[in-house]
Amino acid sequence: MPRKLPETDVVLVGFGWTAAILAQELTQAGLRVLALERGGWRDTPTHFPPTVAPDELRFYWRKEMFQDNARETLTFRNNTGQMALPMRRWGSFLPGEGVGGAGVHWNGQTYRFLPSDFEAASHNVKRYGPLADGLTVQDYGVTYDELEPHFDRFEKLCGIGGVAGNLNGDIQASGNRFEGWRSSNYPNPPMEMTFAQHRFAEAAQALGHRPYPAPSANMSRPYVNPLGVQLGPCSYCGFCEKYGCGNYSKASPQTTILPVLMQHPNFTLKTHNEVLHITRDSTGRRATGVVHVDLEGETYEQPAQIVILCAYQLHNTRLMMLSGIGEIYDPRTGEGLLGKNYCYQVVSSVDVFYEDKFTNQFAGAGALGMMIDEFNGDNFDHAGLGFIGGGYIACWTTNARPIETHRTPEGTPEWGSAWKKAVAENFLKSTSISTHGASMAHAANHLDLDPTYKDVHGRPLMRMTYDFTANDRAMTAHLTEQARRIGERMGGREIRVKPRQGPYDSMPYQTTHNTGGTIMGSNPANSVVNRYLQSWEVPNLFVMGAGVFPQNAGYNPTGTVAALTYWAAEAIKTRYLRDPGPLVRI
Amino acid sequence: MRGFGITSVILAAATVAASPATLAQDTSFAQLERGRYGVITGNCQACHTARGEEPFAGARPMETPFGVIYTPNITFERETGLGQWTREDFWQAMHNGRSRDGSQLYPAFPYPHFTRMPREEVDAIYDYLSTLPQVKKEKPENDLPFPLNIRLAVKGWNMLFFDPGPFEPDPGKSEAWNRGAYLVHGPGHCAGCHSEKNLLGADKESGDLRGGRLEHWSAPNIRGGENGGLADWSHEDIVEFLQTGRNRHSAAFSSMAEVIAYSTQHMCEKDLQAIALYLKSLDDEPRDQPDAPDEAVMTAGQSIYADNCSACHTSDGSGVPRFFAPLAGSGKVRNPDATTVIRVILEGARSVPTNARPTPLSMPAFGWKLDDSQIAAVATYIRNSWDNASGAISAGDVEALRQQLAE
Repeated sequence: MPRKLPETDVVLVGFGWTAAILAQELTQAGLRVLALERGGWRDTPTHFPPTVAPDELRFYWRKEMFQDNARETLTFRNNTGQMALPMRRWGSFLPGEGVGGAGVHWNGQTYRFLPSDFEAASHNVKRYGPLADGLTVQDYGVTYDELEPHFDRFEKLCGIGGVAGNLNGDIQASGNRFEGWRSSNYPNPPMEMTFAQHRFAEAAQALGHRPYPAPSANMSRPYVNPLGVQLGPCSYCGFCEKYGCGNYSKASPQTTILPVLMQHPNFTLKTHNEVLHITRDSTGRRATGVVHVDLEGETYEQPAQIVILCAYQLHNTRLMMLSGIGEIYDPRTGEGLLGKNYCYQVVSSVDVFYEDKFTNQFAGAGALGMMIDEFNGDNFDHAGLGFIGGGYIACWTTNARPIETHRTPEGTPEWGSAWKKAVAENFLKSTSISTHGASMAHAANHLDLDPTYKDVHGRPLMRMTYDFTANDRAMTAHLTEQARRIGERMGGREIRVKPRQGPYDSMPYQTTHNTGGTIMGSNPANSVVNRYLQSWEVPNLFVMGAGVFPQNAGYNPTGTVAALTYWAAEAIKTRYLRDPGPLVRI
Repeated sequence: MRGFGITSVILAAATVAASPATLAQDTSFAQLERGRYGVITGNCQACHTARGEEPFAGARPMETPFGVIYTPNITFERETGLGQWTREDFWQAMHNGRSRDGSQLYPAFPYPHFTRMPREEVDAIYDYLSTLPQVKKEKPENDLPFPLNIRLAVKGWNMLFFDPGPFEPDPGKSEAWNRGAYLVHGPGHCAGCHSEKNLLGADKESGDLRGGRLEHWSAPNIRGGENGGLADWSHEDIVEFLQTGRNRHSAAFSSMAEVIAYSTQHMCEKDLQAIALYLKSLDDEPRDQPDAPDEAVMTAGQSIYADNCSACHTSDGSGVPRFFAPLAGSGKVRNPDATTVIRVILEGARSVPTNARPTPLSMPAFGWKLDDSQIAAVATYIRNSWDNASGAISAGDVEALRQQLAE
């Protein structure tokens, strides 16, 4: 029998980016907020100071930054004809654990989804006719225009460095002309570019594209955010993704919100407490709180007026399933919404090798790059191409960690002295172009509960059923070809094209951009949450995170996840508190 | 059960009525505000609060060269706090260093400074303290060796070093200067850390502010005039530092962090201006030029610096002002007493979070990563690069401090 604790106004499940934003917003509105985080406390000087932050073995290869998958993982299969097996070691994606969540080990690439991304179904149908068979793409139910002020807040919170491409409708030459209008420029200038970005920009320009500096949450200069929190200038050490930043230079909950939030007397954080399920009253229409368990196995019932799921997309979806809120999607019938429209992204690359030019790729940053948007979203005519959606093409200089990064030319053996020689010859003289494309929702790709495997608490693991679709494959082939054309013009000795082919493989790292499962939409028949991220079924339950994306976009998701969080926070503060109940009535 | 409850209520009421704590308190808003502000200027909370425990309930260990002294509970709890103290008792403590029972207080309690405060100010503090939530908390026994554990010994100390009496303004100086001098030498008790102590723990030359050492920290010279430790700091720099914990030269940590967190950031700007004005008026003697260090040590130090320090402090030592402390021109780095600079490299340091600058930007510890000679080399390098010329540090210096800190 769980021990019953005193009630709080709001309980937040998980304590990463979305929870930190909500906690700050809702404590300021006068609410008592409690966050429950299953991992431990983490801060810069204690857990990843510069003396230990760049420890590749510890943080990446031994997975210290990530969720402990000896306690809970998920099972994976490409299609329903296969038996799903547990992911015993993280590979393709890296969910976080502990205070700050994956917001501690992200790269810092911070975008606003394109206006058309939010209307992917209606926009594409209008321009190209009916969607291909099996695609279950739909609109978000919220528009770019509505989210603009919230994107703006997050960029200022984080001190994003970049160049505006569309300032209140005025197209700016050196920014991204395809971006949605922005009410103000980025708070910081872009990062300093290196040799590789200059070559990429010249080559892209020669092909008629308009390269622009990637928006970066790695600080291009010292920054004080609107909460008064300070971020230090980036030292270009290149240990961003998969690592915590030791220099306070990468925006994270720790470096933007926590110094202020932790001072609020109406905020409480409990670490090492994992939420097991959401409790509801007898009508099932009202959440009464959550049940959580501590490291000693002691369980607690935490009553709350409002429950908000702020864990990673996979966990929010699973928690809804384990709590029995909503019907789990069944691909055979198409019935059920929970777990539907699981999406990912499709990445490929083109390596460029120079004979006598040094790229010095060890000096970089997670979001140090030049990129083009000509092949993203619906920025180009898809007529006759056989797919919708797209992605960006970028030249990043980061990630040249010695154990992880050894680009070798085509034909190099996989091991042995010839491999070593090739690594030594090319380490300082190579770079890579990445393509980063949207995965479109498909009826066959979904999440549900595994019938066989259980977590440490004896509950079913999440089961992921996912493969790249025909749309994804056509899209990535198109993007990879564009990247090849740029790579060939970058003045290198040779290039090596690394297309994404074959079935989705859950082991090599691709992106931690898992989306869907608790999708948002216009009505209870097509979505789990409404346009304010409020559960249709249980109005005092809200679900944050990329799980609400009906399908993924070409960009990295953090900016949009954060904007949706601010948007939901505003709805809670200004409307829900006055009149608790459904914010959208059908 | 119910009967017991009623009895206790009656008993409690009787206790309150008879309590000397109810004697002669002025609880008008103006008086309490004066007292609250007085408590801020005296930084009472920092010493009279054990880490993470109830404010003003004492029991914080104060390390002195002579042993550990625990601070008392200054809430008005009757048994363990000041609940039975009268205004006169409190005045005697603040003004003469005498406890309620007539015994001598140890000068770790800065009565040699608080004696400069006028009676009305001390009464206001008494009145304010009487309104704080009462906490029952016993003071642990001090850990002092014989004969210092005999409070009578302090009598002799007082005869030698204690000069009681309220602050006397200098009629030749401005009102602001006098206010600054009062705050620095009275409630602020800056000399407690920033002046050298003699063998008996008294300020060598009353309040000279030429730097001192306490609890294995060297507090820098804070004289702001010519040749002073703060000669390079402008008036505004001093105000900003006391208000926000940072300025273009430095960031506060360790003991000064507490001073800023509990005291100066809450002071009104006019008072901070007065402190700055006063400190900037204090000239000093030119310093001796120490010998230039060994070239080989400087070369080694430069390499260690490039690998470990330059990402934040930058290769030219200019740092990132208000974020990562500049080392070029730093008073802490150039202090003839290198205790602080060695200690920060060994243990790391955390900038004080303040209302204006809430981020506790921190430097990591290098004690586990660099050995004594490496720390000596890099400390020597930063003390003698750019325009710094502060002499060499030996591996023995580092080893000695390591041992002291381990004890």
